[in-house]
Amino acid sequence: MKVRSSVFASLCLLLEVCGIALFLRGFFPVPVKSSFTSKSKLSDLPAEPLSSGNGPNTSKVPPPLFKRVVIVLIDALREDFVFGTKGRQFMPYTRHVIERGSSLSFMARVRPPTVTMPRIKALTTGSIPGFIDVVINLNSQALLEDSLIWQAKAAGKRIIFYGDDTWVRLFPKHFVEYDGTTSFFVSDYTEVDNNVTRHLDSTLKRDDWDMLILHYLGLDHIGHLSGPHSSLVGPKLIEMDDVLKKIHASLISKETEGSLPNLLVLCGDHGMSETGSHGGSSDPEVRTPLVLISPAFKRKTGMEKPSTVEQVDLAPTLALALGLPISQNSVGILIPPVFQETSLREQLRFLHLNGFQLSCLLKDSMAGYEKGYEQFRVAEKSHGNWMKLYLEGNASEVLSNMGKKVLKQYLDALKAMSSALSRQLGKYDMYSMVVGMILIFQVLLLLLLATPEALSGGARVELPLGSALLSLPFYLLCLLCTSVHMLVCTSTENSCYLCGLPWSFAVAAIVVVSATLCLLREEGRARSPHKNSSDPSSFSELDILLLTGTLGHLFSLGASSFIEEEHQSWYFLLSTLCLAIFQDVCRTYFSERRGPADELCHPHPREVAPSKKWLALATPLLTLACCRFLRSLNQTGVQWAHLPDLGHWLTSAEHKVALSLLSASSLALILILVQHRCSLVSKIALALGLLGVYSYRAAVGNVLFPWQHNLRDLSKGTVEARFVYVFVLGILFSGAKDLLRSQVVTADVRLKARGLWEVYSGLVLLASLLFRPHNLPVLSCSLLIQTAMRQFIWWEQHYDAAQITIMHYWFGQAFFYFQGNSNNIATVDISAGFVGLDTYVEAPAIFLTAFSTYAGPLLWACHLVCYLSLEHARSTTAMAHGCYCFALLRSIPAAAYVILVTALRYHLFIWSVFSPKLLYEAMHTLVSTAMCLFLTVMDQNHGGRP
Amino acid sequence: MWDQEIKGMASAHMFIASAVFVGTLLPAIVAEKFSVYGSHLVWVYSVAGSVAAVNVAVFWLLGVGLVAKKNTLSYKVSRMVRSGLHFTLSCFFYHIIVVLYGAPLLESVLETFSLAVLLSTFTTLRCLCLLGPNVQAWIRVFSRDGAMSVWDTSLQITTACSVIGAWLGAFPIPLDWDRPWQVWPISCTLGATFGFLSGLVIAPVWIHWHRKQLTYKSK
Ligand SMILES: [Zn+2]
Ligand SMILES: [Zn+2]
Repeated sequence: MKVRSSVFASLCLLLEVCGIALFLRGFFPVPVKSSFTSKSKLSDLPAEPLSSGNGPNTSKVPPPLFKRVVIVLIDALREDFVFGTKGRQFMPYTRHVIERGSSLSFMARVRPPTVTMPRIKALTTGSIPGFIDVVINLNSQALLEDSLIWQAKAAGKRIIFYGDDTWVRLFPKHFVEYDGTTSFFVSDYTEVDNNVTRHLDSTLKRDDWDMLILHYLGLDHIGHLSGPHSSLVGPKLIEMDDVLKKIHASLISKETEGSLPNLLVLCGDHGMSETGSHGGSSDPEVRTPLVLISPAFKRKTGMEKPSTVEQVDLAPTLALALGLPISQNSVGILIPPVFQETSLREQLRFLHLNGFQLSCLLKDSMAGYEKGYEQFRVAEKSHGNWMKLYLEGNASEVLSNMGKKVLKQYLDALKAMSSALSRQLGKYDMYSMVVGMILIFQVLLLLLLATPEALSGGARVELPLGSALLSLPFYLLCLLCTSVHMLVCTSTENSCYLCGLPWSFAVAAIVVVSATLCLLREEGRARSPHKNSSDPSSFSELDILLLTGTLGHLFSLGASSFIEEEHQSWYFLLSTLCLAIFQDVCRTYFSERRGPADELCHPHPREVAPSKKWLALATPLLTLACCRFLRSLNQTGVQWAHLPDLGHWLTSAEHKVALSLLSASSLALILILVQHRCSLVSKIALALGLLGVYSYRAAVGNVLFPWQHNLRDLSKGTVEARFVYVFVLGILFSGAKDLLRSQVVTADVRLKARGLWEVYSGLVLLASLLFRPHNLPVLSCSLLIQTAMRQFIWWEQHYDAAQITIMHYWFGQAFFYFQGNSNNIATVDISAGFVGLDTYVEAPAIFLTAFSTYAGPLLWACHLVCYLSLEHARSTTAMAHGCYCFALLRSIPAAAYVILVTALRYHLFIWSVFSPKLLYEAMHTLVSTAMCLFLTVMDQNHGGRP
Repeated sequence: MWDQEIKGMASAHMFIASAVFVGTLLPAIVAEKFSVYGSHLVWVYSVAGSVAAVNVAVFWLLGVGLVAKKNTLSYKVSRMVRSGLHFTLSCFFYHIIVVLYGAPLLESVLETFSLAVLLSTFTTLRCLCLLGPNVQAWIRVFSRDGAMSVWDTSLQITTACSVIGAWLGAFPIPLDWDRPWQVWPISCTLGATFGFLSGLVIAPVWIHWHRKQLTYKSK
């Protein structure tokens, strides 16, 4: 069976998308969450277990242990800042309380990523937020899960918060009083803390609150500025010590006989590495102090080595100690010393409640029951027996011994359940990952093996599907894969994703894998005789640059810095490409000046108009200048992200006039460059649409109309944006109509080119609506470069489809970063998803966000289609070759990156650098696949004609 | 004849290469607290100066590889002036290229310009010495199959090596190692210098290796 190489490429990319999806499913385990959408309620709590019948007082809600709680959270508080030598030196009061006062101190271990937001989630919900949580919750900042704060508010407790405004965003409307300080200015380490402390005196005097949360950021900022050993740390710790002293003194003075005691909690959200940063999993980053101070605890007699607990243990402990239900998704276990002073019956009751919550979560999130679950059942039974004896009035030593035994049983069960749950969270599903990788690599090998044939003059690939499917090895492979599947699924304790799937899917996967393998074998056999068909000496300098650039970028992905600063690689390659094109142009147009002896090697000296010659010469330089300008528009990446850029300058309020002028001229340039190939109706629609874009931005308040001087009447611009959407749809529709007509009725190449161009201009209009106004030059520059390159370089220089495709791909990548994107999830511009929508609607919001994020690569790919359809006049295989190269260009980095991420899955930066990049790669592959399919459809039409 | 020419070139290259080392060592002996990273600009200009001096001495004064047509004083002076102009223009040209590659536009202008001066010394100055201020000849040498003597080929190789060295030198800058040589433009100047040195070594070796294939048309 012979298929066109574009069809072959599209099929391969589709298969690759499946492989990547499978890999992602294995790489990002779904977080453990209970399936109930409601939150825990007091009324749902189980009764105390009794072996027979219901005695009196059994379903009583446990009484709270503390009246008020003050939580002092010091950002980036390392363990040794309190328990180490620094603590002795700079936090004398705290150390005194820890050593001599009634307090409990622990070393709380933190889970990576050691970043503030996930840590606040862990502290308040008791769950371990996975990386995928960050992505899923991209659209809504508020924490919708069950949490300690939610429970406290539901129980009518009044909560006051001062500090990092992450809390205010996570828990809107939860605090009766709050003052959020932004952590944006890392260089400020005094004002952020004064903003918190200034409220302290008045708040401590009052009695109208039950919970006070203080989040101090100064220490973290000092860490980022100058590291944990800087001279600024000492004074900051002394300041924090004074704050603690003040709060503690106030709490003691408020203590009255008869009422419940108060609790003061000192904790850190994460530690600080030796360089002062955080995010990874090194020891100083994951070890934080946890000090609980309350008269309810026994007085200490000296410094003890603090025992280790998990950070997530704080949430269930506080919940139970305040008489609240434990939040649903908590995986922590209560800290037993906190409940030491209560009666044995109460202690057992607390453990029972914690165990019940964990067992519910366990039952909900795992298919098979764990050992811990059985342990909990046993403990519950003996608890019932103990209760029976206790209620009968037995008070002997036997009872207390038995109670202690039950306690131990409970603790063991809790530990087993908690570790089973956390294991589920931190584990990679290797089986799915390996199967996904096999698929991806088979596709890559297929593409590579078929390259010579696909890029040959015929642009057709022999696909020996029939012989592969009917051969014996295929059935043997199927059998082998099935047995491997059975073996894996029966042997692993934690069920992996593939084993959980219904059999039909698994069989499909097996068949696909083995069929591809057989295909590979056949292809390999067919290729082996005529190897080395391409002669390396026939490569021009440009070919060498394109090849080494692609490979060099591939290798650069191995270093985390190069991923963080990937834009630099692309900018660099692009500049070099422009210079190489410049040199190429020089060589073509200025070689005639050489002596007559050279006439032999250049038999056809080009007759070109001199103006065209100079324009061709100017184009690469113009491109270079444009790229340099765009590069300073958005400073992205990590190392130099803080540097001032043009984008910030333009968006600041006092430069609104400049921004208005710039965006208006960009829109005008877009109109001039795009319109000349459209039909008249589309031209008018485009002009109106671009006008609509400007008035949308004016309505939102980004830009100004000359007659508009006040900014009182700001709206959401819904009407204007929908006005533009109408034109976008109209242009797209008319383009699609032209394409259909050219495909079905007339097979007219010019009609088709116009249709393609109209689709392209519709997309440009949509992008100009979604782009922020300071990014509009990105769009106009991309159009300018495309026009100039198309007119003077690509066509004149007779570059082949492969070279054109690679150049488009490079430009697309560079424009992805010119827009201000980076390999960090935080730079995704979510506001694009709300353009023209009143409320958050999921499907259009996701589509619009994805489109505006990938607008650069998409528009360049779309331009590639338009250009190749023109090129078709010269070579009928141009589109097929372009499509094939495009697929190859995408699948090589995707496959390499998948391997890399698997190898580095325990790397320090896996969450902060490599995982976001993996998501970007996957999304990019999806977008490219869509483009490739579009190309294939366009190519089919040409292929159909003789 | 081949051997003699290659030998002459190798020794000339040796002189130039030693100029790089002299340019590094001399300020280290003379000036206190000199280091390649710390007082980088001093190093750059010292190397550029010594390489320029040796180049001029070897090629212009000794007349190696250069066919002087006239010998009048006015011709020499005009030649000097035009060479100086070309050199300055080439410095600005490199500066603009480096800025287009992403060097900061306003900050550290001096550093960027020093890199441009160094690159000009390694490439343009040699062109000036070997070919004179004659742009036509430059274009001929740097177009495909344009070399007409051993010296042209050596010029091609050293120029390409210097530029590629500077190009490769930009790669370590984004790495987060916080080394002193990652500061702009140290890695690029070092890259250019190493490229130039390796070009000086490669050129005679390569010509020697390919002496059978090399045929120069005008000879
Ligand atoms: Zn933090
Ligand atoms: Zn921080």
